[in-house]
Amino acid sequence: MSAGHQGHALPGWVTAAAAVGTGFVLLPLAAMVLRIDWPRFVPLVTSDSSLAALGLSLRTSAVSTLLCVVLGVPMALALARDTVPGQRLLRPLVLLPLVLPPVVGGIALLYTFGRRGLLGQSLDLLGVQVAFSTAAVVIAQTFVAMPFLVVSLEGTLRTSGQRFEAVAATLGARPGTVLSRVTLPLVLPGLVSGAMLSFARALGEFGATLTFAGSLQGSTRTLPLEIYLQRETDPDAAVALSLVLVAVAVGVVGVAHGRRGGSARLRTLLSWSRAGAPR
Amino acid sequence: MSLQVSFVDDARGTDLQLDVADSETVAVLGPNGAGKSTLLNVIAGLHRPASGSGRLDGETLFDLGDRARTWVPAQDRRVGLLSQDALLFPHLSVLENVAFGPRSAGAGRSEARRRASHWLEQVEALDLAGRRPGQLSGGQAQRIAVARALAAEPRLLLLDEPLAALDQSAAPLVRRLLKRVLEGRPSVIVTHDVMDALVLADRIVVVEGGRVVEQGTTDAVLERPRSRFAAGMAGLNLLHGRITDVGLAAGSGTVSGSIDATAAAGDDGVAVFRPADVAVYTQAPAGSPRNTFHVTVTDVEPHGDQLRVRAGDLAADVTPAAAAELELAPGTPAVFVVKAAAVTIYPGKPAH
Repeated sequence: MSAGHQGHALPGWVTAAAAVGTGFVLLPLAAMVLRIDWPRFVPLVTSDSSLAALGLSLRTSAVSTLLCVVLGVPMALALARDTVPGQRLLRPLVLLPLVLPPVVGGIALLYTFGRRGLLGQSLDLLGVQVAFSTAAVVIAQTFVAMPFLVVSLEGTLRTSGQRFEAVAATLGARPGTVLSRVTLPLVLPGLVSGAMLSFARALGEFGATLTFAGSLQGSTRTLPLEIYLQRETDPDAAVALSLVLVAVAVGVVGVAHGRRGGSARLRTLLSWSRAGAPR
Repeated sequence: MSLQVSFVDDARGTDLQLDVADSETVAVLGPNGAGKSTLLNVIAGLHRPASGSGRLDGETLFDLGDRARTWVPAQDRRVGLLSQDALLFPHLSVLENVAFGPRSAGAGRSEARRRASHWLEQVEALDLAGRRPGQLSGGQAQRIAVARALAAEPRLLLLDEPLAALDQSAAPLVRRLLKRVLEGRPSVIVTHDVMDALVLADRIVVVEGGRVVEQGTTDAVLERPRSRFAAGMAGLNLLHGRITDVGLAAGSGTVSGSIDATAAAGDDGVAVFRPADVAVYTQAPAGSPRNTFHVTVTDVEPHGDQLRVRAGDLAADVTPAAAAELELAPGTPAVFVVKAAAVTIYPGKPAH
């Protein structure tokens, strides 16, 4: 928060390389925008299939973000407190979906929740079929997006420190009170940023969704799948829909970055999320 | 006895005992890493020692050992902790911060606010009630922290260098406030500052290397220190050794001085003298029964209108003119000379 902070000068070649890198990121976006068929833009993005895909994407991403928060917050709390046995081993495993190719995640989910899967067989007996349903979309999105929330929140929890919590305890607050009145309010900015990142990741999810949920219009065909499909038949529609996703992504990154809780760790994550985003 | 605590913590090499009487303020002094903060954290319930026990007002705080496994968690101890940083909850207003304790104890919102207002008034900060911690100065924040700790109605108040982070203009005000609120209330204050001990404490406990090396009333400890740390605080030179018929056998020689009536030859003892009584020479002077110490100067620093010349554990005060004439600088050899009449020898445990 130091105002007017000035870094020392960088060597010229660093600035030049940075400019090349920036161009590398921005140029493809520009190329895409230049290819947009503006007169047909509105009809293209408001076609039945497009709206269905967009609506499905927003709904499933919202639900999976909620699941990420419900499951991820306790995970981050436990990991940040060093109370989990075998934590050094557990953390990288739990965060594996962050670096795993999404299609591999999809296959793993299929062998878990699919009809012949580990849990799927039992679920099948109960009459519940998860694979290739909207629920599968949500599961796939939650699977790939949750580590983003856990990592960013755990980082915030660790930097926020435990001194406030210790003070709260000496003032007579029980663990539940400490959590709700001290810990969570203090990390709220980090939690919001983490949730936004998870939402963005869920919105862009492609590989795991296609593998585990398939591509059925209205029930599992999310916007990225729709774009991929349209690219074969109507490239103009694919480009127009891509711009919609870019707009949503820019909005999300803006919100996540704009918040005070946007720590250095979070920015690293942001760069990860863009680099590792769905193909 | 209000508080009795005794514990061993292997990991930190600590073995401490502390008793605090009803309405007594005890100052715990000692160098960094001596185990002072560990002591407070164990009493507060924030750090669990390897073994030991603690009782407050006859109730067990903890009892840990081979079989015993009692550990009352911090929130059930009613032991308040005030640290160097005020640590006000940044997302709550000043009033909500002070109301936090009463709220946690189950008081309703309005009752908690009423009590918070009462304590804010006690620390003369009622006008700050609506502010956020970020809008407070260091001194204001620490006053609020005092109110917050007291609003939780602790049976014992622990203070961990409460003035160390304050600038010089704010510290005296908070010290006066502490003096007022600690009156008649059992408390333990960890400090580096002899001023805090003098103003606030009834009794001093000196901790070094994880052990209590000395304790007594504030006056007694400062007048007759038995540990190097207490001597340093009182601004005195102190040498450890063994009492003989003629003085104190310390290191390779014997220090002569007036031997206290309570000292018997053969006992462990200390020799104490003031830096102002030490004369500094470049070569040992001849004649007269004086104590001479051949030393190497380690530091020269201003001390009032004099210069304090340090050589290892010893210190001497000289005028700036004398220091210039003697060409004293770190690394130069010197001879410290002190008259036997200026040295007091009395019993004291050996250094660790």
